[in-house]
Amino acid sequence: MTGRRIEESFFRVLMITSTILIAGGLCWIVAVILWRGARSLNLAMVTQLPKGGYYIGGEGGILNAIVGSLLLGFLSTVVAGAIALPVCFMIQGDYAGKGRVAALARLSLDVMWGVPSIVYGAFAYTVMVYVSLGASLLAGIVALTLVQLPIVARAIDEVMQTVPRELKEAAYAIGATRFDVATKVISRQCLPGIFAGLLLGFGRGIGDAASIILTAGYTDSLPHRLTDPVGSLPLAVFFQLGSPDPEVQARAYAAAFILLVIVLLASIATQLFTRRFSRHVVR
Amino acid sequence: MPHIQVRNLSVWFGEHQALKNVTVDIPDRQVTCVIGPSGCGKTTLLRSFNRLLELTPKARIEGSVLVDGQDIYGKDVDVVALRKKMGLLSQKPQPLPMSIYHNVAFGPRIHGVRSKRELDAIVERRLREASLWDEVRDRLHTPASQLSLGQQQRLCLARGLAVEPEVILCDEPTAALDPVSSRTIEQRLRELSKDYTIVLVTHILRQAKRLAHHVLFVYMGELVEAGPARQIFESPSDPRTRAYILGDIS
Repeated sequence: MTGRRIEESFFRVLMITSTILIAGGLCWIVAVILWRGARSLNLAMVTQLPKGGYYIGGEGGILNAIVGSLLLGFLSTVVAGAIALPVCFMIQGDYAGKGRVAALARLSLDVMWGVPSIVYGAFAYTVMVYVSLGASLLAGIVALTLVQLPIVARAIDEVMQTVPRELKEAAYAIGATRFDVATKVISRQCLPGIFAGLLLGFGRGIGDAASIILTAGYTDSLPHRLTDPVGSLPLAVFFQLGSPDPEVQARAYAAAFILLVIVLLASIATQLFTRRFSRHVVR
Repeated sequence: MPHIQVRNLSVWFGEHQALKNVTVDIPDRQVTCVIGPSGCGKTTLLRSFNRLLELTPKARIEGSVLVDGQDIYGKDVDVVALRKKMGLLSQKPQPLPMSIYHNVAFGPRIHGVRSKRELDAIVERRLREASLWDEVRDRLHTPASQLSLGQQQRLCLARGLAVEPEVILCDEPTAALDPVSSRTIEQRLRELSKDYTIVLVTHILRQAKRLAHHVLFVYMGELVEAGPARQIFESPSDPRTRAYILGDIS
């Protein structure tokens, strides 16, 4: 065998191995969750609120946690996206030049990315106490927005940096302002990337337990106002997994499975959505 | 009065001086061809006319460019209004990430045209002017990126015309195109020169001979010679121009 062939097969094996590791890891996680939680999966779980004694094996479901998590995840992603988009427009060359502001903003976002989510939880908690608001949906959204912001912003920023200069110049050349270019050209060209960034944030947000443990609280009823505390899937998993009762533990795994399905459905929805709206992207 | 007057224009990119003290007049409603070997500063000169140059990082500009007698590098110049006056056709056609229709309507829309009927009329008229209408009339709402390169370049021409410019700046607009598309573009430019001032950067001498009323020869950042096309091509006064036209320098 020649050196080139050896090199070729070496990297082939390397790629196959890492693919198996990643795909296998995911399959394994799903399998374990299903294996342990399958016996607790039933329709009542996703349609009913917990009844008395649910957490010691009583009747009911975790609709409260499902609705709570969807609200927390969706709303915080919307807020994070609404903050991230202008930030990303702002730190592109058009507005910020090669400036220090952009570099500083990227550095800050990277640092924010590294901050543990429990810290954001603690921060949001302090803020809420300061404005005399206790554990609530709103507080949870604030904490999760902070968790997601760097992820969403950096993902979108990376995509925006790939927009060819010629494309922006084509718009500038017919008298477009920077605002026109940002909102009508860059945003369209980056639409698939923007959705991918939002999905990344959503996935992280809906699965995060540490940031909401102090802020969103936990309740067995559905929230009616932003100031109501709210149940959530990660905490439903967390609380039930700590139980010595195998029946309750199985319910924790079932809850984890539902969380997984939600993230999967969100991914599929995003894919479909992206395909629908990315046909104009110039390649 | 000449449409564009360049006075002592020098441009640097970082340490590199791309244009050296250029002074020249661009006549109104004629085709002015800028010729010269690659990297000589032709494109830089062109991009100084609509101030696209300043989007390039590290570009430094000295001297002045007067359009209709007004210095475009002056203090209170409205860059948007200036660029609206200057259509640009770049080397590689660059459709915007939207449909054929919206590519043409983009300019009028950002400049305030709202009525659907008006926009429809503009789109049809400009696509006809760029001889693209018959090929796309049934698929105006498909993505512009699906057109062939030649069609994309004509779309870019239509898009530029839609903002009613006075000048059309062309940067080797046929470089990426097949011969048939190139010929179509050339034909359109020839016809458009009745109403517009056209500045065409090209390294294809034959193209310059076919189209130019007026020629500028730029060499290593310097404007070597400028004059009526016949004079430059038949009896150039500078030995460098003669060498370039004879193909001795490229």
